[in-house]
Order: sequence, then structure tokens, then C-alpha cells
Amino acid sequence: MWPRLMLAAGLSMVFNGAASAFTAYVSNERSNTVSVIDTNKWEVVKTIKVGQRPRGIALTKDQKYVLVAVGDDDTIQMIDTGTNEIAGTLPSGPDPELFVEDPDGKTLYVANEDDNTVTIIDVERRVQIGDVQVGVEPEGMGISPDGKILVNTSETTNMAHFIDTATRKVVTSVLVDARPRFATFKRDGSELWISSEVGGTVSIIDPAKHEVKQKVEFKIAGMRPEPIQPVGINITRDGKTGFVALGPANHVAVIDGTTHQVMKYLLVGQRVWHMAFTPDEKYLLTTNGVSNDVSVIDVAALKVVNTIQVGQLPWGIAISEH
Amino acid sequence: MIRAIFVALFAFAAIPIASAADALNVPVGYLGRSERAEAISLVEQPAADDGVAGAQLAIQDDNTTGKFLNQSFAVEAIRLKAQDDPVAAAMQLAGRGISLFITDLPADTLLKVADAGREHGLIFFNAGASDDRLRQDDCRGNVIHVAPSRFMLADGLAQYLVWKRWRRWLLVIGSHDPDKLYAAAMRRAAGRFGAKIIQERVFEDTGGARRSDSGLVQIQSQIPLFTQSAPDYDVLIAADESQVFAPYLPYRTSEPRPVAGSAGLIPTSWDASHDQWGAIQLQNRFRRSFSRRMTALDMQAWTAARMIGEAVEHVQSADAQRILDYIKGPDFALAAFKGRKLTVRDWDLQLRQPILLTDGRVVVSVSPQEGFLHQYSELDTLGIDRPETKCRLK
Repeated sequence: MWPRLMLAAGLSMVFNGAASAFTAYVSNERSNTVSVIDTNKWEVVKTIKVGQRPRGIALTKDQKYVLVAVGDDDTIQMIDTGTNEIAGTLPSGPDPELFVEDPDGKTLYVANEDDNTVTIIDVERRVQIGDVQVGVEPEGMGISPDGKILVNTSETTNMAHFIDTATRKVVTSVLVDARPRFATFKRDGSELWISSEVGGTVSIIDPAKHEVKQKVEFKIAGMRPEPIQPVGINITRDGKTGFVALGPANHVAVIDGTTHQVMKYLLVGQRVWHMAFTPDEKYLLTTNGVSNDVSVIDVAALKVVNTIQVGQLPWGIAISEH
Repeated sequence: MIRAIFVALFAFAAIPIASAADALNVPVGYLGRSERAEAISLVEQPAADDGVAGAQLAIQDDNTTGKFLNQSFAVEAIRLKAQDDPVAAAMQLAGRGISLFITDLPADTLLKVADAGREHGLIFFNAGASDDRLRQDDCRGNVIHVAPSRFMLADGLAQYLVWKRWRRWLLVIGSHDPDKLYAAAMRRAAGRFGAKIIQERVFEDTGGARRSDSGLVQIQSQIPLFTQSAPDYDVLIAADESQVFAPYLPYRTSEPRPVAGSAGLIPTSWDASHDQWGAIQLQNRFRRSFSRRMTALDMQAWTAARMIGEAVEHVQSADAQRILDYIKGPDFALAAFKGRKLTVRDWDLQLRQPILLTDGRVVVSVSPQEGFLHQYSELDTLGIDRPETKCRLK
């Protein structure tokens, strides 16, 4: 408990050095690179050249690879986390943007934004094993903790499509607000959160009933509603706190996971899109596209404690346990 | 300082995949013009399906959504020739159950059709007429303006020029009526944003062919003559909607000055080079379907058909009045690749939208510019704001 008090007293820098060493990978959409950040030093320790327009980025379940969707090359590249070098590719289908791995790490589901399709990939064999037709401009991808339901959001169709992973069929679709960008389940599967970038809301969906049970709206003093554009969502493992990146509003909203009230807005860099927790959930890192940096949020203190310059237009982020 | 906020309670039921038997069919009419003014630039010649192609693509998009909601959309287009009766054409489509129309018609024709359609409950989405009078004294309760008005275009350009501190404008005006309206919009914008029109000149259209072999030789000597001896200015503004002379101005002015307006830096609702905010997806879809680039008119028609799709998605009905009420209401928000939601001004039914500034190869900037503030929406710094409206909707 006492470090938290010290943080509140403004001595946060003392403890930055005390973070466990993890490695954060940031996709830089404009630079065609991935910045590798040592979370012990909060420094970029390597910059990896990747394909054209890297956006979606995630670790495989076994932590062996960082997968990065390079949309303009129509593929997903695999970065070996041991060497931090590109070690292979996955056949993602055209223009991959976001993707999600199923809980057992065998299957990857990819949103093909230009093709109204979700492509299904066998990760081990590195081959496509199927696809599902969805709405216009699929983007957000979430999977239920038991791996049975895949949720895809389509930006121009304004829907969350619920896909049965066994039959690979859309079982139902739920309307949300305009331009849904991101979907994520609570760890216990009780809620699905979906951000609507243009609608300016986060829909809290009951995944069993397929109903929007609540909509979170955002209001920042002195700011017009238009720049408040929710994109990335990260919820703590205990489900008690949610963080929503608000795009060109340059803030991250902190939401009570139970009441869904906004508790606080944290000022970060410009045009904040995606975020990732360190594995110990002590820190949340955000990608700030316009200011070309990453903000480090202390999760317990709810304060921004550091900023790291990366490449141009940082888009996505993934953090490995090593 | 920053305060937290609202959580609204909702309970939207999931939409079950219904049987084909109770599908909701939404027919949409498109009334366009078949004659088009030729452009000076060979690469800007309007395609035969300019506009209607955008509507068709949006109908495809609406149908992709509709297959999850058991809704189906179709567009039926009529291209009016000069001798055709526009009211008869609209009634012909109305007789087939169409009550939602996308129009690319001149202002007077649109008013005729809209007034005749009112008693039949017909709703019109104006995708082609930028006349501000349609948003002012001649506004109508059954006409939604998707196309930006000339005032909006001029304000979008003016904000950028003022931000650049290019405040002294030489205004060159064509001799046709639309050119004069464009010039009036630029004068108004200069007054609003603190620019100064240091001189106005009229470029008379003396007729003649758009293109001729070795015509360039003459133009190269004519334009410097026409633009010489002006008081010192920062930028030449061309008001030439009729496309008689503006494309000849860049690189040929007497003084080395940039050109904006109808050539050079052009304010528009869309450009084939626009790729921000996911627009690349739409550009790709359009090119795959129609094997050409997407124009501003295509985009305005796309936006109109998406407004219809968006409204039907929410009201679950093809009833024109319910669709109109939804679009006018506070819940309507359209995503149209402009980086923010588009909504409708309730005082004149104009769609709020950012204005792109393009040189024809890249998007140079997007207005509203930072620093042009507004108490309600920065988009309302473009065009006619609520306090200035003369519109009484009926």
C-alpha cells in the first residue's frame, strides 16, 4: 500500500525504475516499424522494420511471437520474441487490421476491413481454414473467455456480430452507435464492451441476452463532443476498472466496472487509440498517434507517470511477460 | 475540472434474424440530370453515372447491413433531359411506392418537385444543389441538404487562408450566375473571417470550344495579361463554377501567387485522394465497383443513401416521415470518413460536415480549422448558423 501513497505524494519517478521488466511492442502505422520498449527503463531499446502500414498487434498465447497486421501488404507478420526479429507470416486475407486469438492459442480470427470478411487461421500450420461474411468494414474483434463466441464489429454497418466459433455462423447481430471500433469481454464473460468512435459511446452488452444494457457517454469540461471518439478499451482482470481511449480528445476515461460511471479522465498524448496493461497490471500504456509517443498510466494511482517517444503514428501495442 | 458523467440506461433487444417473408423493403428514387457541363480538364470529365454510382454503392452497403436485419434496399434512377417534366418523373416513381428521393437537380427544379411531393409525403435528399437560398428563404420541410452549400465551401476555404495569413484576395469572377453566387459566398467569408478582397475582376465567357489544338499558346499570353496590374495580393480566388477559365489560372498569373476557389486549392465535400479516417476503404470499394474515381457528387449521393440506411436501421420502418423525424432528431449520427460524426441542423435541414481542401492530388487540409470556435459545434462555423437563418421550415 505504501508505494501508492508515495506516488500520490509526487514521488512516482522513484518507483518507475522499480517496475518488473516487460517488453512492450508498439506498431507505428506511418513509419512501418515496431518500437520495442523495455518497461524497466521506459526506453525504446530496438526498432524493428516491418511491412506496410502496421496496425493491429498482439502476443500469441504462448508468448513466442508478436503478431502484427501489416494491412497494405495483406499479411500478418510474426516477430520472434526471443530475437525480436521477423520469423514468418500468416495468411491473413486482404487488408488485415485487428485480430484475436482463441483462448487455447490455436486459432486466429482476423478482421479484413476491405473485404467484409473475418478470416480464420490455424496458427500452428499457418494456413487459412475458413472465413465468415460480416458487415461493411469489419474491425473490432473480441472473443469470449470460453472461446465459444467471437464478436466482430463492422464500422459502416454499426453492428456487433456474434459468431459461433463451432459453426462459424453469425448467430445474431446487435446494433450499436456509429463506427464501432473495438470489442472486448470482461474476464468472467459477464459483459462485452464495444466502443463507437463516431457515436461517442461505449455500449455495455449482456453477451447472454445479446442486449445493450447500458451506454456510457463521455463529457470533458471545455471540450466539444465531436473530438470525443472512443476507440481502445482495456478492463482489469478483476473487472473492476475499465479504461477507454478517447482518440482526438487526448484523454483516457476511467470507468467503474460495476456501475459503469466515468470516474476520471486522464490527459495523455494526442489522438490516443489503443492501450495495453503490463502483465502485472501496474501500468497501462497508451499509443498516441499525433504526438508520436506512448503515455504510461499508473493504474493504482490513476496518473500519467511517463511518456516515451516512438515512431510515427503509433497505433497498437502489446506487452510480453518477458 | 473534468467531471464525469452520464450513463444512460437502455435495453436494446438483439435483432433476430427474421424469415425472408417479413423482409422490410426500402425503395429509393434517384432524380438526376443527364446533361453535364464539360470540364476544362480532360481527367475531370464527368462520368455518365456521376452521383448515381455513389447512391448505388451506399445501397450495397445498406444491404450488407440489411441482411442482418432483414431489410433490403434498392435504388431506381431517372436521369432527366431538358425537355422532361421533373414532377411527372417523381410521381412516376412515387406511383411505384417510392417516397424517399435522392436528387441531383438545379435549385428551381428541386423546389418544384419538392412542393409537388409534399402532399404525397415525399422526402428529398438534395445531393446536387449548393444554392444557399435552398437553406434560407426557399428552405422546405421535406428537403434535407446533403451537399454542402456555397457558404460552407467558402467558409471552409477562408478559414484555411486566414490561418495561413493569406488575407488579401484578388477575386476573379466568371460571368455566369453560379459564378456570381460563388463570389458572393467568398465575399461573405472574407467579411466573417477577417480577409480583404482587394479587387474584383470579371472574366467574360465569350464562348468557344473547351479544347482546341495549340490553344495553350494563346492562354499562356492571355492569363498574364488578364491578371496584371492588380494591387498587391496574397492569393487569387477564382469564382468559376461554370469551368470557363479557372483551371487556366495556376502558374499563369502575372504575379507568382497561389490560386484557390474553383481551381488550385479547392473546397469540396470529397476528393478521390482523400484517405484519412478509413476513407481508403470507401475509395477502394467504389473503384472496385465502378472502375473510376469517386467524385464529390458520388459522395454526396452515397451519404444521402447511407442516411436513409442508418435511419431505417434504427426506426425499423420504411415510413418517410419516421425516417425524416429520426434524421432531424438528436440520436442521428452518420459516420462518413470525415473524422467526426455528421448531424443535421434542425433550423434548415443542412447536413453538418467538414470541408476538404484539395489540390486535386492530395488533401491539403480539412476545415473547420483549429481556433475557429463555436459554442455548440465547430462545424457550425461553416455556412449559415442558427442566429442568421432566414429559414422557416414548412
